[in-house]
Amino acid sequence: MKKRLTLAALAIVAAFTAPAAMAEGSAADGIAQYRAMLAEGNPSELWELAGEDIWKEKRGPKQASLEQCDLGKGPGVVKGASAALPRYFKDTGRVQDLESRLMSCMETLQGIAPENFVKGKWGKGEMEKMEQIVAYVVGQSRDMKVNVDMSAPQMKKMYALGKEAFFYRAGPMDFACATCHGQDDKRIRLQDLPNLTKHEGAAAGWGSWPAYRVSNGQFWTMQHRLNDCYRQQRFPEPIYGSDVTIALSVYMAKTANGGTVMTPGIKR
Amino acid sequence: MKKFLMIAPLALGMQFAVAGDDMHAEFKQMMDSSFKGNGIAEKHRLYQLDFQAACSTEKSPSPAMLKAIEAEQMKTIRWPSDGKYTGDWKSGEKIAISGRGLTWNDKADAANGGGCYNCHQMSHNEISYGTIGPSLLNYGKLRGNSSDMLKYTWGKIWNAKAYNACSNMPRNGDAEILTERQIKDVMAYLFDPESPVNKP
Amino acid sequence: MGNPMRIRAAEKDGVTEVKVLMNHEMETGQRKDSSGNLIPAHFISELTAKHGDKVVLQAEFGPSVSKNPFLSFKFKGGAKGDKVVVSWIDNKGDTRSDEATIG
Repeated sequence: MKKRLTLAALAIVAAFTAPAAMAEGSAADGIAQYRAMLAEGNPSELWELAGEDIWKEKRGPKQASLEQCDLGKGPGVVKGASAALPRYFKDTGRVQDLESRLMSCMETLQGIAPENFVKGKWGKGEMEKMEQIVAYVVGQSRDMKVNVDMSAPQMKKMYALGKEAFFYRAGPMDFACATCHGQDDKRIRLQDLPNLTKHEGAAAGWGSWPAYRVSNGQFWTMQHRLNDCYRQQRFPEPIYGSDVTIALSVYMAKTANGGTVMTPGIKR
Repeated sequence: MKKFLMIAPLALGMQFAVAGDDMHAEFKQMMDSSFKGNGIAEKHRLYQLDFQAACSTEKSPSPAMLKAIEAEQMKTIRWPSDGKYTGDWKSGEKIAISGRGLTWNDKADAANGGGCYNCHQMSHNEISYGTIGPSLLNYGKLRGNSSDMLKYTWGKIWNAKAYNACSNMPRNGDAEILTERQIKDVMAYLFDPESPVNKP
Repeated sequence: MGNPMRIRAAEKDGVTEVKVLMNHEMETGQRKDSSGNLIPAHFISELTAKHGDKVVLQAEFGPSVSKNPFLSFKFKGGAKGDKVVVSWIDNKGDTRSDEATIG
């Protein structure tokens, strides 16, 4: 029963299956097959594992855990919480997405300052811990339905602001979110683009981020995803947890309502 | 850079306040507080040119508005200084493939790419192309190289908004994304009979 | 000590399928950082999987394996409730060992 694998054998499985498949079917079929293979070993799980520990760990100047953090379902309730975010929170008087809500919890419960994130670097220091907590929390809504409560007037306003931001063209290339995500069946190079103005596309896009990106081995939160969209739009940089990111999230989540949560996802 | 300060004769921006004045003021305030400059992607990029504002609605602006924008944008086109429309297609291919430039990770003095392949099919050989724009396969072969066709294509690359006011395509010349020299090379890539765009 | 692995093991018709997700940088030694300096190689060099005292898989890894590698393999003879232990050692001498119960 003793087997000896060479590194070559492993590398072949990992790296060369996609091009081989692409030669036969269409490029899109090959990519779909590649993604299906990746999904089996989604490294997001590593972030989820770490995040669960950090959630329960006493941290920060106040030496408290996040187990009293209210993500909208009551203090400490993580199951199903991210499927219902963003939502309006009375205690902060703001509509918040998962990450801005976690920032509030860390500040009030643990004494960890928002500057750690607003001025932080992706994958480093407190931001890395945020990413791990996010992976854990969104994993606790996996296979549930996106269920964002739009009844609060603050949510309706954020939706309208988010929609306006979605179509807002500016910068040296005149791009808006809608330039790439406003039509069906378009792609950039070989990358399919979900039409985020319609339920189907919004469910696919909103439902599959945050995600692990195989191409760079990083776990990207929704804030990171939006940040990089704006980078490619050639805009100035959106501030972490700022209202435009939350407004766009409300716009996407409402449009995705009823779709399936597939987070944390995996991307090529 | 100087462009966004220019006051256009038409009050195109007014069309934009669809959700009411209060909502619009709140929107502007939100955008202003949500972004920060980073490297070459300075904060002022957030502020819209008049036509950008007019093209920021879910529905297309009125036909009269579109015509007015196109006429304005047509004035921005600079024709080749030496009268020559085409350069080196090999260099043009590199420009068409590169999507680099103008993000907050890029340096001010780095050469920008045209990013053509992000949205267009072009060569017979490159399968990794986007579909937001139409296919340009066999561009010169199908259209010939009459002076009208060269001029139209030059203008379209320089400022696509002169031909289609709310086009998704960047204003490569007008917004100083590509240099005149680079546009000549991209033109050659589209028109040269030896270019893989026209030759399988 | 390295970061924890995620291991799952399931037995069906006498065959146990083991899925291992490792948490490792797997740095090739050929990449450069933003200031142009070579990032030193750092990768898992050897992995061993044991069922009880018996080695069921031994693998040599190297710099060509992806970051956070995923490994799936099958062996005969495992029973529900048995333990499977997976260990690795990397080129810097760091090690990690985790276990899973066959379900």
